[in-house]
Amino acid sequence: MDKMPKWVDVILTPVISLLLAAAISALVILAIGESPWEALKTMVTGALGSSYGWGFTLYYTTNFIFTGLAVAVAYHAALFNIGGEGQAGLGGLGVALVCLFIPWPHWTLALLGAMLGAAAFGAAWAYIPAILQAKRGSHIVITTIMFNFIAAALLNWALVRWLRPVGSMDPASANFPPSTHLPKISDIFARFGIEWGTHTPANVTFLIALLACVAVWLLIWRTRLGYEIRAFGKSETAARYAGISPVRITVITMLISGGLAGLMAINNVMGEAERLVLNSVEGAGFIGIAVALMGRNHPVGVLLAALLFGFLYQGGGELALWTSIPRELIIVIQALVILFTGALDNMVRMPLERFFTARRLRNRA
Amino acid sequence: MDFNTILQILDSAVRLMTPLLLACLAGLYSERAGVFDIGLEGKMLMAAFTSATVAALTGNVWLGLCAGIIGSLMLSLVHGLASITFRGNQLISGVAINFLAAGLTVLLGQKIFGLGGRTPTLNPGAELEALTTPFRDWLSGIVGPDLAVTLTTMPRFTEIRLPFADALRDVPVIGPIYAELISDHSILVYVAFLCVPATWWLLNRTRFGLRLRAVGENPAAVDTAGVSVTRLRYAAVGICGVLCGLAGAYLATGLSAGFVKDMTAGRGFIALAALIFAKWRPWGALGATFLFGLLEAIANRYPNLELGPITIPSMFMNALPYILTVIILAGFVGRAIPPRAGGEPYVKER
Repeated sequence: MDKMPKWVDVILTPVISLLLAAAISALVILAIGESPWEALKTMVTGALGSSYGWGFTLYYTTNFIFTGLAVAVAYHAALFNIGGEGQAGLGGLGVALVCLFIPWPHWTLALLGAMLGAAAFGAAWAYIPAILQAKRGSHIVITTIMFNFIAAALLNWALVRWLRPVGSMDPASANFPPSTHLPKISDIFARFGIEWGTHTPANVTFLIALLACVAVWLLIWRTRLGYEIRAFGKSETAARYAGISPVRITVITMLISGGLAGLMAINNVMGEAERLVLNSVEGAGFIGIAVALMGRNHPVGVLLAALLFGFLYQGGGELALWTSIPRELIIVIQALVILFTGALDNMVRMPLERFFTARRLRNRA
Repeated sequence: MDFNTILQILDSAVRLMTPLLLACLAGLYSERAGVFDIGLEGKMLMAAFTSATVAALTGNVWLGLCAGIIGSLMLSLVHGLASITFRGNQLISGVAINFLAAGLTVLLGQKIFGLGGRTPTLNPGAELEALTTPFRDWLSGIVGPDLAVTLTTMPRFTEIRLPFADALRDVPVIGPIYAELISDHSILVYVAFLCVPATWWLLNRTRFGLRLRAVGENPAAVDTAGVSVTRLRYAAVGICGVLCGLAGAYLATGLSAGFVKDMTAGRGFIALAALIFAKWRPWGALGATFLFGLLEAIANRYPNLELGPITIPSMFMNALPYILTVIILAGFVGRAIPPRAGGEPYVKER
């Protein structure tokens, strides 16, 4: 028997959590002597008030959809993958190798190749923690954290000692050849004679991210594998009795999760920077945690939450530009969202449950 | 490599291992009581910021230390609320705390000092003088001007010379070891080392320690015996906060002179790795943090370590603690078994 109506669980609880996070963020802005209302206005105008703002917002959204989906898929199998940062970083290495060392005739083919490279490298980086959890019982949270740091060291080494062009001081790879450059969304609009989001990094990857949302929905709720993943996540013992192999599910889920995180690289490395730079992920792997939590691990929720964080990211940049509020405000908001929608979930849920149980008992009487 | 170089590297290892050791012991209390804590990094960072801020504003490092402990305890309280009272996910709470500290320290630092998120350097000088003057004037009204000046011109921990260090310096072998390696560290280094036997004694020889370990293995049994699981876990999380406070304060006011943005640089996670390496035991923590401190010291001194024909890049040395932890976790070199009830909120049966 459910204690609460479904709409309370799916919509009201996250909305209240979000409002609490927003209220405390407003208090933080007040505490540093700025006006929360002015800050919000600056953010909305900067991120959503022009096609230029939207171009950046959608670019960030694309990153967060991939990392959010990565965390969400793993979460359905009760695996907490905090390694998105490292997996996306490795995905970047995969993209760089594919773009630099294979001569591509056209961007469409290059995109397919880069997607394969990105997903394969991301999945490979998730494979080791997965197999260690499944076979040796080491906690996946700890190993994925460790793998984030190992990935950072590996990428640092790759860029400084291997991919850096001769004579360059910058720890970055060479620029990718023009045949691998992805069309920006502004280019697509320009073809129809519409001027939209010129000089913004939003590119065709956004469409791939939307497809990824659909694919994850199909996978989790419409396939046998998805059913096994959810069954394993709900109860490992029950799943085992039903003949579902824990090792197989853990490894496959983490491969998909790592692959999704890796795919982010086609947006930031191939679509935007067009070369591999140091720390190209810029924390997007961690934002995926907040996005998945807020989106309740559902692709639609992840899409909406990614859009919210895309707005926050672009808006935060504008704040730093136009006011004296540092960019780090976004990290605080991100922390509060994770705290209230994730860790303090019961703080909101418990009183709501009490309220609705009491109401139902009253109605019955 | 001569004797002196080895001594210098060991000396540097001792300095670098101190914050790791304090944070590792902090995690030990929390996790032995069944509360996972991946927020060590955030608590250290917050403590580093609050301690450096108060030390800069008052010119007194002891007040800074208190502020560091308070800053870290505030985050411990959040962690306790989320993971004990509201039975939330302890890992998610830890992640949130890390981000909260990373953001708040820069935001507040920029508001207070306007230096892009860092605090002024804690060395006596004009910059610091201007900041501490209001506090000094206020203090001199209470304790008199002479004492007020003394109290407000100690903005950071200085090195302590142990007795006979100078006299023994010329004794072969033992002399330099005593004078270079053991003497001349800040007080928090000695506190950290004393915490190891203290923790061992507290955990293994007192009633509180027995209960604390029990609550991490089998909270239901502790509850049946009539001891409050909630109170014990809050105590453990509180001790964890105090120790993280010491670790952060040492980073900002002992090891370096002031706070800079993201100054913990993953040390909280290395401490977590050391805790697993140590199999959640105090003496093991000493060994593991010394090993990781030594690795950092060697990587600092030799950016490219040449071992005969192969050159080991510094990136590898930096990643080594994490690689070693993964190997230990995988159970290839002795198995690390965490406390049994770790990570699970305790629900009293009704």
